[in-house]
Amino acid sequence: MKDDVVLRVVAKLLVPFILLFALYVQFHGDFGPGGGFQAGVIIAAAVIFYAIIFGLPTARSVVPDWLVEAMVAAGVLLYLGVGLAGILLGGNYLDYFVLGATPVAGQHRGIFWVEAGVGITVSGVMLKIFYMFAARARDK
Amino acid sequence: MMLFTVAVLARSRNLFAVVVLSSVYSFLMATVLVALDAVDVAMTEAAVGAGVSTVLLLGALHLCRTEEAKHAQAPWLPLAMAVVTGGVLVYGTYGLPAFSDPQAPIHQHVAARYLKDGPRETGVPNIVTAVLASYRGYDTLGETIVVFTAGIGVVALLRRRRQRSEGDR
Repeated sequence: MKDDVVLRVVAKLLVPFILLFALYVQFHGDFGPGGGFQAGVIIAAAVIFYAIIFGLPTARSVVPDWLVEAMVAAGVLLYLGVGLAGILLGGNYLDYFVLGATPVAGQHRGIFWVEAGVGITVSGVMLKIFYMFAARARDK
Repeated sequence: MMLFTVAVLARSRNLFAVVVLSSVYSFLMATVLVALDAVDVAMTEAAVGAGVSTVLLLGALHLCRTEEAKHAQAPWLPLAMAVVTGGVLVYGTYGLPAFSDPQAPIHQHVAARYLKDGPRETGVPNIVTAVLASYRGYDTLGETIVVFTAGIGVVALLRRRRQRSEGDR
């Protein structure tokens, strides 16, 4: 599909907005529907869309394999780290109240980082699975 | 509409049509979830069920034939199992409280406290997010680890196979 002008232009126009929407879903999850999981899937969908239109090698040069694999692990580590930060600051594991100046601020901070961890892991895993499948198709 | 989609899904032998129809089914399911006021779940269903999993299934379809293989035996036993299970589940719904009944047990336990104190304790207006990330932080941590494990499982399986096929050549 690389040679279709309409598809290329539409994809180029859409991908930034999809990514922006994913960030909105990620960071606005406190107030509206959404959160880390949904945002992670939308980010992955944007990259998959890009890969379908411009080809897997192009997408792999934009979002390289090492980054995707690092994301898979980094999200879980971030989540675990938030829990450990609660212990280090004198609370229980995954206790957000101690993370900020006031309990509510601490909750905000804790939820923010936890959701970020979920989003990073989910988008990393989705992308990794897609890359594995697509690469197999190409090998044959 | 969902019933029609499922009927065509079950009848169809062309796997490409099956993948597209299951995507349609996911979108219909997302609409139902919006009607049930579960916007967060609806979003997930539309993004994962209709979006990413369709792409993954199409990718898998690219690797194998697009016609469903003929069954080795008549599918009467699985059909009977499915009908019996479905019947038991429908029978079970008669024991549930009425839809959106405020006296239902699930609304009497901790949900009332989450709704009353959640916004004050966490400062987060979206109760779903507050429950998911704060009150039920351990569960969400477990979910994230499940996703992580699924991801590395797929990586481990597919990567090993590719190396083996390269070794064969």
